[in-house]
Amino acid sequence: MAKRDEIREPRGFLLCAVILVVSLCLGLAAPALAASLAERVFETTLDNGLTVLLVEEPKAPVVTIQVWYKVGSRNEQIGKTGISHMLEHMMFNGTPTIGPKQFSLIVQRNGGQDNAHTTSDYTAYYENFAADRVLFGLELEADRMAHLLLGEKEFQPERQVVIEERRLRIEDQPANVLGEVMRATAFLAHPYRWPVIGWPSDIEGYTRDDLVQHFRTYYAPNNATLIVAGDFTKDDLLPKIQALFGKIPRGPAPLPKVITLEPPQRGERRVYVKKDAELPLLFAVYHVPNLTHPDSFALEVLAYVLGGGQSARLHQQVVYEKRLASYASADYSGVHVDPYLFGVSAGPLPGKTAEEVEQAIFAEIERVQREPVLERELQKAKNQIESEFIFAQDSVHRLASLLGAWESVANWRLLAGYLDGIRKVTAADVQRVATHYLTQDNRTVAILIPTKPAAPAGAGQPGGSKP
Amino acid sequence: MRTRDVTRTSVRLWTVLLLTPVLCLLSPVLGLPSPVALAAALGQRQVLPSGMVLLVSEKRAVPIVTATMLIQAGAILDPPDRAGLANLTAEILTQGTKTRTAIQISEAIEFVGGSLSVEAGQDVTTVTLSVLSRDLDLGLDLLADILLNPTFAPDEIQRKVQEVLAGIKRKQEDPGEVSAEAFAALLFGTHPYGRPVEGIEASVPTITRDDLMRFHEAHFRPNRTILAVVGDVSIPDLTRRLEVRLGGWKPGGPNFTQPPPPAVLARPVVRTIQRDVTQANITLGHLGVTRDNPDYYAIQVMNYILGGGGITSRLTARIREEKGWAYDVGSAFIPDKYAGTFNVSLQTKNEVAQDAIEAVLAEIRRIREQPVGDDELKDAKAYLTGSYPLRLDTSSKIVRLLASIEYFGLGLDYVDRYSGLINTVTAADIQRVAQKYLNPDRYALAVVADLTKAKIKP
Repeated sequence: MAKRDEIREPRGFLLCAVILVVSLCLGLAAPALAASLAERVFETTLDNGLTVLLVEEPKAPVVTIQVWYKVGSRNEQIGKTGISHMLEHMMFNGTPTIGPKQFSLIVQRNGGQDNAHTTSDYTAYYENFAADRVLFGLELEADRMAHLLLGEKEFQPERQVVIEERRLRIEDQPANVLGEVMRATAFLAHPYRWPVIGWPSDIEGYTRDDLVQHFRTYYAPNNATLIVAGDFTKDDLLPKIQALFGKIPRGPAPLPKVITLEPPQRGERRVYVKKDAELPLLFAVYHVPNLTHPDSFALEVLAYVLGGGQSARLHQQVVYEKRLASYASADYSGVHVDPYLFGVSAGPLPGKTAEEVEQAIFAEIERVQREPVLERELQKAKNQIESEFIFAQDSVHRLASLLGAWESVANWRLLAGYLDGIRKVTAADVQRVATHYLTQDNRTVAILIPTKPAAPAGAGQPGGSKP
Repeated sequence: MRTRDVTRTSVRLWTVLLLTPVLCLLSPVLGLPSPVALAAALGQRQVLPSGMVLLVSEKRAVPIVTATMLIQAGAILDPPDRAGLANLTAEILTQGTKTRTAIQISEAIEFVGGSLSVEAGQDVTTVTLSVLSRDLDLGLDLLADILLNPTFAPDEIQRKVQEVLAGIKRKQEDPGEVSAEAFAALLFGTHPYGRPVEGIEASVPTITRDDLMRFHEAHFRPNRTILAVVGDVSIPDLTRRLEVRLGGWKPGGPNFTQPPPPAVLARPVVRTIQRDVTQANITLGHLGVTRDNPDYYAIQVMNYILGGGGITSRLTARIREEKGWAYDVGSAFIPDKYAGTFNVSLQTKNEVAQDAIEAVLAEIRRIREQPVGDDELKDAKAYLTGSYPLRLDTSSKIVRLLASIEYFGLGLDYVDRYSGLINTVTAADIQRVAQKYLNPDRYALAVVADLTKAKIKP
């Protein structure tokens, strides 16, 4: 059973938001499927600015309804960090017609599943239903877009839930603490520097008025995308969407711009976190452009060459040959509105240091800068990216999520051209982007140093036992 | 995020059937295909001459094939002083065969954008293959090769031992995992389910190459294997391709002596573990039921209301929504093959840990003492029966369901029967099974917390 909300802040890893989405989506696939995707998506914009994407896909009698708002922690101010995520929680807490805590009850009573997630760049909601319940999802989403109450009485305990969520996801998970500090170090100025869930002091401090203002500013139809995919017909559904969503007024235009740009990095940054843990951890991240940049294709291929499985270079060299780590991986995180990060991560084996692992990883990065990758490696990476995309089409929920993420940060139509871009990548391109972006000066290295607190009496290894 | 439960580190089949109330067919409201049509569409079953059971479902919409193989080669078969043997065997299978090195295997499957993995669970080891349908031959070649011809090279064993030991250490960094593991140990004692699938730091390095080869020889047999395949392939075509590759696989293997059932707790048993953490990670529960228990469906409806129904459950209403004590709280009845578990898990700030435990026990008492409301019952049934189309909407979901239906002997008509089984449950049934299968006085409780702040009553 899904629980309320997700923060897509990589489990331990770096790439804020969306490891999932990236790996599903940077690929575009087999020409037929890619082309047919572009043809299968019907796009329209309502008079109030709501973008509507419809994908008829009758292969299973189900439907996914998703609303993606173009707001995330990127749009926040210091002192109010995490408020997008707090608002996401409050979206389940009542309108004049749907009482507090009733939203999911209604969904489940109709055999549906719902959830939401917040990232640095967007906040997304979904309901999955048997196909004949599609209107329930649309009605619920239109209702809360227009009429969210944000009751004080519901807000206070929900804030406590978010505080517990932060403890669960971040405070007691060494890898996630390291990731948080790593991002705060890699970004000096841009709002990507703070966590999606927010700093603890900020979570404690929001007022209801803050939430109301955030909602009124960003939860407008002209800042959102509605996606429906599954077993329905467009001609039947579109008038209903028009009737439900068309009457919601536009928001106060223009939407606030995120002004701050991350200044170029001039020299390596290193940061250490000491925490109760068993083994060290290593993250290294590099500033890179997002999916709108021509280099994004080669960066994605590079991520697969380095980290796309057990036959990829980092695993082969650092895990298998040198036996320094139990895992080593790489990710390119391009699905962001602003330039984000390319990262590598590794977990040293017992007895090995983060520094040894770091040297081995950087040796591999130097190799990919020095010598072109082999033709077969290049082809393997492209095949992996293509097949990821084909597998994503097995699920209308995943397909709609891909469209939603791309549309929220740029334009879903880029998806349709993406595979072509991937196919054109040459070994020279991979070498060039590795050389250009994966430089020491553009790098932030974060290392977890495990500490062991002195065990309180009677509660040592591993703990005091009571009958 | 998903509910955290005590089984999340091991592959247990219940997840498919339990949280996947898949199968209502008699749902006129939903206007779905007739039961017969859907059951036929779910898959076809045949027993091959080797004894392997093959279930196949053709799905042509996307050019992919996914396969799930369940082999009775789980950790329950580990000798007590070789905990982790099944797991290490599973890890080694992909690391070299008579004709392919480890790198050749991973490179071959990754070159075509496919995946092939082997994972041990308590009861079974699961092999999963996913490929584009054009690469099915290659995928099946590799699948057959790792099953039939692993070489167990000493060097590869040494590597995997190191990685498994690192994994055991890293698991200690996750307080939820530590709590779940301590709970299983309390509940099952010396029963194999009390041991982690991956073994312990003391046992794993003692496993020898001979142990692995003997384990493989004994248990990786077609008559102990279920293979479910879903995707862009016809049944005759698939059967032919399998015959070529697995036709020579010889049946065999020892008779399995079921371990004696775990002892029932006579009183609350509490284990507290000190960690420098901000939340108490609490796991509370006791023995549950196996899959063949006649009360299984009433128990599932009861548990949905208590704590299995996600955000709408009583435990969530009380502990999360009303108190704001936890982000995630839930309960589950987990029917493993030889014993079942009931557990509640939650995480809350250290200071209110004991209050939260008492709230959990109060909810357990309430569902025993008072009949559930009509609306609650109606909502639970509506979800359990109405959500089944969502449980069959992808190839990977169907393939897991097919394999589980076979493993638990439910029959392919299970989908036809499911909603009837759920819909006949009454409020009186729920109270009866709550009284019979929930016990707020005899439970195991594991708490990983900062014990200077979390005051746990013994």
